[in-house]
Amino acid sequence: MTFSLSTHSTYDMLRHLADSWGLLAMLVVFVVLIAWPFRPGHRAKNDAAATMIFKDENDG
Amino acid sequence: MVSVLARAGVWLAVLFLAVMASALAVDQGFAIHMGIVAIAAMTALWFTLRGADYDGIARGVLRFPDQGRYDDDPIRWGMIATVFWGMAGFLAGVFIAAQLTWPWLNLEPYLNFGRVRPLHTSAVIFAFGGNALIATSFYVVQRTCRARLAFPGLARFVFWGYQLFIVLAATGYLLGISEGKEYAEPEWYVDWWLTVVWVCYLAVFVGTIVRRSEPHIYVANWFYLAFIVTVAMLHVVNNLDLPVSLLGSKSYPLFAGVQGALVQWWYGHNAVGFFLTAGFLAMMYYFVPKQAERPVYSYRLSIIHFWSLIFLYIWAGPHHLHYTALPDWAQTLGMVFSIMLWMPSWGGMINGLMTLNGAWDKVRTDPIIRMMVMALAFYGMSTFEGPVMSIKSVNSLSHYTDWTIGHVHSGALGWNGMITFGAIYYLVPRLWGRERLYSLRMVNWHFWLATLGIVFYAASMWVAGITQGLMWREYGADGYLVNSFADSVAALHPMYALRAFGGALYLAGGVIMTVNVWATILGKLREEKPLRDAAYDPAADRPILAN
Repeated sequence: MTFSLSTHSTYDMLRHLADSWGLLAMLVVFVVLIAWPFRPGHRAKNDAAATMIFKDENDG
Repeated sequence: MVSVLARAGVWLAVLFLAVMASALAVDQGFAIHMGIVAIAAMTALWFTLRGADYDGIARGVLRFPDQGRYDDDPIRWGMIATVFWGMAGFLAGVFIAAQLTWPWLNLEPYLNFGRVRPLHTSAVIFAFGGNALIATSFYVVQRTCRARLAFPGLARFVFWGYQLFIVLAATGYLLGISEGKEYAEPEWYVDWWLTVVWVCYLAVFVGTIVRRSEPHIYVANWFYLAFIVTVAMLHVVNNLDLPVSLLGSKSYPLFAGVQGALVQWWYGHNAVGFFLTAGFLAMMYYFVPKQAERPVYSYRLSIIHFWSLIFLYIWAGPHHLHYTALPDWAQTLGMVFSIMLWMPSWGGMINGLMTLNGAWDKVRTDPIIRMMVMALAFYGMSTFEGPVMSIKSVNSLSHYTDWTIGHVHSGALGWNGMITFGAIYYLVPRLWGRERLYSLRMVNWHFWLATLGIVFYAASMWVAGITQGLMWREYGADGYLVNSFADSVAALHPMYALRAFGGALYLAGGVIMTVNVWATILGKLREEKPLRDAAYDPAADRPILAN
């Protein structure tokens, strides 16, 4: 995990970052984003968001 | 007055520089292109000076457009451009399909396959699809934010600047100017121009969202924004090229070898993922619910769909480089992410289709909904086929064969084409204030011609691709390959003819759309029987007389 300007070890460092902490961080962010609309009390907000496109029914 | 002068000054400077560059150009192609830029700058200059309201300026009264209406002019132009470039792109496609079948159609040098093929792909993806995306995004973002378009002048620049990009790209291909990168063939100066236009596009889109009156940003806008931002990133990284001369058309990429190949397919696959998928899904999430007059089946699912696509698509590119010099782990990564993509894709397809839950009769009575449902069905089919083809063992058969071409076209003709036609048919009467389309029955004809065309196209390419794949890998008892490449070409001739026929059917559908859209814009209404009527028999509508 030493950072150096030699291409092999930079590659090595990025490679190991990608399949350890980088992967974990992306997974956590992904799970939080997916879980967000499922948090309690969000049903009404989802329904309002889904039907808001019909508010402008009379516009050209 | 100052702003008119400033704008006119900018165009004059561009005109001057373009004429200079044309005169000093080191190659003929660059000289012609700078000539086109000069004509464009001259046109812009003319309209800046002609269009200014001198009377108003003199009296100190500035004319403002009606703030109580949406800014729809660039959207109307975008609809016409979409139909026009669509027809050009479909025609080019049928032409190159015929060239592959009957090689004497290769008219050297300007109209040979190698030059018209990128013309076809760029015309359908960037000219037809791109104009549809820009126009619909301007329409949807205004309606869902309930706000007028931000920076109206910039929005007009985005439209015309994008058309100039298309003209430069298309003429460049025919002149033989190409970087040779698939779906990113335009040379360095055209790339720079597109970057400028695209940043303005982002500014108009985000500016409108910032001005919104609705607290929530509707999910279609998420998809549009992902499309705009990601395409900007892909375009810049894939086009890190060094021009040989600032007055010449040739440039060379910074990346070489396998790194260059990976960057290109990282771009290429995400052009599919974010241009042809995310952008068109944005259309789906607005126009399908509007045409069905029902909210999307599950708003939660649409958000899962969004984040899964964003997080998974970006890693799938390496599946284009199976069994190459790319490290094995990267190939496997591309394959695994492609297979995982199947789930959000089908989640999105189900979400779109189930929006019709309880209103399925509309598929029978409304040809526009039928078109949208067929688009979703093809989205589902091609996003199933894609992951299958990304599996290494399947790819060893399918890669470099016409199966890939068939797969691309089931997605492009079926998903992108059909959802765009649906959006055009939805928008045109609304944008021009017409009561309805000129003819719904013509939409029905378009639907069936297009569907039949895709069936001919995809089926013939499956057969052609698997035939090729099997012929190329067939070894005889002596350990030598049984077939030469030319043998496989000869075997495919009937399939190529069928493919050209399918393309011609699709083009015929496009002709019907053009007539229909044109007549609708002119305000004509075709006298025709409605598609569906409840049964009524006047002869039976009377009491039975007792006798």
